[in-house]
Amino acid sequence: MKDPLVIAGKELESRLFTGTGKFADHSVMREAIEQSHSQVVTVAIRRVDLDGSGKHIVNDIPEQATLMPNTSGARTAEEAVRIARLGKASGMGNWVKIEVISDQKYLLPDNEETIKATKILVEEGFVVLDYMSPDLMAAKRMEEAGAAAIMPLGSPIGSNRGIRMKEMIRIMIDEIDVPIVIDAGIGKPSEATEAMEMGADAVLVNTAIATAEDPVAMAKAFDMAVRAGRMAYISGLGQSSLQAKASSPLTGFLTSTGGGQ
Amino acid sequence: MSFYNVYEKLKDQPFKSLFDEITASDVENVLQKDGLTEADYFTLLSPAAEGYLEEMAQKAHQLTLQHFGYTMQLFLPLYVSDYCVNTCKYCSFSVDNVFPRRRLTMEEVEEEAQAIYAMGIEQIIILSGESRVHSSVDYLSKIMKILRKYFSSVGLEVQPMDREEYEELVESGIDTLTVFQETYDQEIYRDLHTKGPKRFYKYRLDTPERGCQAGMRSVTIGALLGLDDWRKESYITGLHGSYLQDNYLDTEIGISFPRVQPNAGSFQPEIHVTDQNMVQAMLALRLFLPRAGIILSTRETPQLRDQLIPLGVTKMSAASSTEVGGYTQPENTQSQFEISDERSVEEVRQLLHEKGYQPVMKDWQIV
Repeated sequence: MKDPLVIAGKELESRLFTGTGKFADHSVMREAIEQSHSQVVTVAIRRVDLDGSGKHIVNDIPEQATLMPNTSGARTAEEAVRIARLGKASGMGNWVKIEVISDQKYLLPDNEETIKATKILVEEGFVVLDYMSPDLMAAKRMEEAGAAAIMPLGSPIGSNRGIRMKEMIRIMIDEIDVPIVIDAGIGKPSEATEAMEMGADAVLVNTAIATAEDPVAMAKAFDMAVRAGRMAYISGLGQSSLQAKASSPLTGFLTSTGGGQ
Repeated sequence: MSFYNVYEKLKDQPFKSLFDEITASDVENVLQKDGLTEADYFTLLSPAAEGYLEEMAQKAHQLTLQHFGYTMQLFLPLYVSDYCVNTCKYCSFSVDNVFPRRRLTMEEVEEEAQAIYAMGIEQIIILSGESRVHSSVDYLSKIMKILRKYFSSVGLEVQPMDREEYEELVESGIDTLTVFQETYDQEIYRDLHTKGPKRFYKYRLDTPERGCQAGMRSVTIGALLGLDDWRKESYITGLHGSYLQDNYLDTEIGISFPRVQPNAGSFQPEIHVTDQNMVQAMLALRLFLPRAGIILSTRETPQLRDQLIPLGVTKMSAASSTEVGGYTQPENTQSQFEISDERSVEEVRQLLHEKGYQPVMKDWQIV
């Protein structure tokens, strides 16, 4: 069954996006990304040598993947815009994940600054994906500004606490038309499955893979988990209920039109 | 607003007896928690917590991995001037120590920059003795024009300045400020700093805050361990870090735990801070402030530095020279203190790989 995720006209077969931070070395990172089958890989522009000196992390990203540079380190819209332009100028393509984080304690994204940066970068022809704190109205404004996808955090970055923002994200999944990619906080493959079962279009995982004892095996586990969750979602999950529902109902013979002598 | 208000409430506390009152079961309770209060942090600095260093280390390692991953940032100090106007009993640059002083010319800055860049390091810190004349904003801004060509991030560790001066330097591209309080005890501070503007305790204490206000991306603080009771100093340092984190959300706060090293004067620290003490201070801090940077200098020996890597450290220097012009003309000048780890950048990189860490040579791009 063909079920691609389409972002800015690009068809993606894998709904697992991966990050490149926190790995012990680039060869482990490369192998993990390969085994994850991920087709979208995010790279912090601040960590990339932009002078082409050959130490480029980008060289270690498998060819299957679309590069999604991110603006991590940016604390204002202005910084994010400048970082995005630097990335594009150095040949990193026109996809960009906007991260504007002005809170260094919890690393929560600044939605207002993200909206500002989105407006500017979309105008300049970037394909913009917005990392954000789950909030419906902020997401709508990002969508209006031309974001190609919205990436709400499941819980604070690196926390591995799972999808604590579930209710907010569920509303966003219902109300936002562009793809919703749950980013940050997913610590276990089962949580990635949960994200997909609830209707998210994709998930982004970094810490849980990079800091696993065996990052390569963990990457495979996430790949399978995301596929399982997606399959469950499109197969139509049964409704949950507090009361038991018999699969062969006892009152099925009653119809509104039957009987009535 | 000032951290001095916090210090004033703390300064007359009977630290020693309060630390001694803490029991093993207090420590065990704290180790069960996720987020620590100031009181919990205090508990982990107590003598009773010495029996739990391994448990603390395991938690500190996990927390560091979670937030920073298997990465270690590398940086180098660039000493540009050893002129100083202060008398600090423990420092070689003290104005009372007689040696030929010098300051790098712009040509020499360029040569030093090239030598550092050739080692593969892209993050550096400009250091100098404390002299407003010799390391003026103008001089530092001129240096920045050169350094911007080579480095992606440039920090500053010079004499404390006013907020407006920091703003100018931020504008020139400097993104990180390091300022050590040396000791938080105001009386000991006065005894150790006998002459010069450094005598003004409160101006120095408020320096990190001025750096945050001026828009420095990262501000690192610390006490020079060995000048007063290390438990008390570590506690106040942690509180200072927490204060800055809470009040300046957009500044990344780092903490360093330098210990007094041999220097050109005759000063001998009265308080011996053991390796175990320093490790306890570092672990407690990591558990209290999981997102703070922890910076490790080459003051420590290679053997110890190797062991400290997984305990919460996020940033370390490598192949440091603490002399003005030390990367191109090593025999010429007076070092600020003796470094203990003389390994090359390549050796440190190799070590990190062996330990399962990725050396990060660049973590920010001046934009």
